[in-house]
Amino acid sequence: MGFRARHLLGIEHLAPDEIVAILDLAEDYVRLNRSGTKHSDALAGLTQVNMFFEASTRTQASFELAGKRLGADVMSMAMQASSVKKGETLIDTALTLNAMHPDILVVRHPQSGAVDLLAEKVNCAVLNAGDGRHEHPTQALLDALTIRRARGRLHRLSIAICGDIAHSRVARSNIMLLGKMEHRVRLIGPPTLMPSGIAEFGVEVFDDMREGLAGVDVVMMLRLQKERMDGGFIPSEREFYHRYGLDAEKLSHAKDDAIVMHPGPMNRGVEIDGTIADDINRSVIQEQVEMGVAVRMAAMDLLMRMRRAGPREVAI
Amino acid sequence: MKTVLANARLIDPEAGREIFGAVIVQDGRISDVVDGNWSGDGQVLDCGGKCLAPGIVDVGVKVSEPGERHKESFASAGRAAAAGGVTTIVTRPDTTPAIDTPEVLEFVSRRAAEDSVVRVVPMAALTKGRAGREMTEIGFLRDAGAAAFTDCDRVIADTKVASRALRYSGALGALVIGHVQDPGLSAGAVATSGKFASLRGLPGVSAMAERMALDRDIALIEMTEGRYHADQITTARALPALERAKRNGLDITAGASIHHLTLNELDVGAYRTFFKVKPPLRSEEDRLAVIEAVASGLIDIICSMHTPQDEESKRLPFEEAASGAVALETLLPAAMRLVHGGYLDLPVLWRALSLNPARRLGLEGGRLAKGAPADLVLFDPDAPFVLDRFTLRSKSKNTPFDGQRMEGRVLSTWVAGRRVFPEEARDA
Repeated sequence: MGFRARHLLGIEHLAPDEIVAILDLAEDYVRLNRSGTKHSDALAGLTQVNMFFEASTRTQASFELAGKRLGADVMSMAMQASSVKKGETLIDTALTLNAMHPDILVVRHPQSGAVDLLAEKVNCAVLNAGDGRHEHPTQALLDALTIRRARGRLHRLSIAICGDIAHSRVARSNIMLLGKMEHRVRLIGPPTLMPSGIAEFGVEVFDDMREGLAGVDVVMMLRLQKERMDGGFIPSEREFYHRYGLDAEKLSHAKDDAIVMHPGPMNRGVEIDGTIADDINRSVIQEQVEMGVAVRMAAMDLLMRMRRAGPREVAI
Repeated sequence: MKTVLANARLIDPEAGREIFGAVIVQDGRISDVVDGNWSGDGQVLDCGGKCLAPGIVDVGVKVSEPGERHKESFASAGRAAAAGGVTTIVTRPDTTPAIDTPEVLEFVSRRAAEDSVVRVVPMAALTKGRAGREMTEIGFLRDAGAAAFTDCDRVIADTKVASRALRYSGALGALVIGHVQDPGLSAGAVATSGKFASLRGLPGVSAMAERMALDRDIALIEMTEGRYHADQITTARALPALERAKRNGLDITAGASIHHLTLNELDVGAYRTFFKVKPPLRSEEDRLAVIEAVASGLIDIICSMHTPQDEESKRLPFEEAASGAVALETLLPAAMRLVHGGYLDLPVLWRALSLNPARRLGLEGGRLAKGAPADLVLFDPDAPFVLDRFTLRSKSKNTPFDGQRMEGRVLSTWVAGRRVFPEEARDA
């Protein structure tokens, strides 16, 4: 199976068979990561540059580890502290880095579409590590892998995504991926935190959490994005917790073996009760982090495989 | 000297008809319009059966003087206008600094007279610095030649200030042009809310923000007896309010920009910033409703909303990129899409492109009649071409039509009987 794209910019551009290919390869890397060596040479000799224009701990660490375990030379740059401060534009920064011949650029940016813009200007593979409210494809892929491993399949499940949908790129990528895999997707949250035009997304929308959670297989919680709100979306955090925070009572409306997911970082006591998050029988939050490394290894490996089999190398 | 533009399809927006005939030009004015083949004397120019229409009067053109001459000067804007069949540009005051004193206005008028090959009619700001707090010297500015007063895309949020400005200007007979976007709802928005904006993760504004602002302004006009023009109506939901206001006899007119008439929100595609305009592009339903309103005459004026932006201000992530598109040269071919699409005929289109704007601003042009200034455009409505933005005469090349197939080409443009396009024919 081939992976057709040059970049991984969003789930929007992926076909279902490509999604499955990434997940299948990721399974191999889960095994590798659990083995003693934790090392492969899939990206040996290649250069991976992580450009994070927005603060990130887990995603950046995950990409860094993924690259290192595949043998790539990895460099992480905290872009907020560098030339951006000196007034350099995004495109100039990209061109500067491009001139150093990296093979993979991993980019996170606070503006929707910034990673697409950057990908047009460079000739290496670009992986979107989250752009504004647009997409966060590797998060959706790691969620899919987690679901597939926990529920044994990745189609026709009933999945609820809860909380701050409007500001969430994780929600957008997940809605797209889960839709492509023929799941039944429910969105739960206050109407002020729903994106506009949501009725046209092919999902069911609930503003009552108990109703929305009734009988679902998977509960995906989202972080309340306090930093993206310019005020007035919800009356208070305590009211939000009361109506939309996941606690044992609300979770009891889902299937008995429903799993609980969260992309992190969590606001305990705002969108999720601490005891639920820590309940090893229900919560797969730690597993998500583990799958993140494997999925990112698989995505980078696949992108580079296509590149290595490309016409330029054949000609040489 | 008498020049005869013969053998042409004459587009007469006033009579609402198209006839075959000739236009006779003498001393910079149209001295006669005659039916049929020309058999008289004079210096005859054969129009070859192509369309001859009054020159376009474009309300709301941004020429970036003073302040940002690298984006557009009066010389470059004039050449672009001439190449686009626009014979009068009515300029916006949203320059740096804003055109808000008689002194700045005089500077602009002088620069325009020196450099522009087409007529330039300046507008002035309604409030000082376009800040929405104190009104400008509307009387002095009017004496200095300001054709209308507008704060452009800044909405006066304080209704007390807005009502006083409307009342004061109304008493002077001065026209106020308003931007109809509720400032609160539209703050920070770069797209029209809906599925597309959500998929792209862009902050959106409800189409309702336009109706809200229009409703407010209509109430203000009713209260103050002001003279008012809404710069751009772009949504279906604003139309009934406009219709009611007109029916109630208020002194109100409305415009639509060529981009909202020919493009919709999906054209933004993968964050193409050349399609970022203000207000943002709308849904296809809105686009069609607005075209229909132009056809029925509910919307009076089609304008280009020519807004030059340099490459640097557009080569940014979508939210950070500047708004606006150049359009002087593409206005006519883009508008021909409405004709070729069967939505409008040429006389109706020219009513919105030249007759109505000239009337509304109290200008002489815009007509194809005896005594009118010989501001004319000769064009081939069917000539196809592919637009290459680097061939545009504007200093800025930010057009959304780059690479698109268009039909309709300007062959010649005259201002006061003098040929200003093509350039090489200027002295002929």
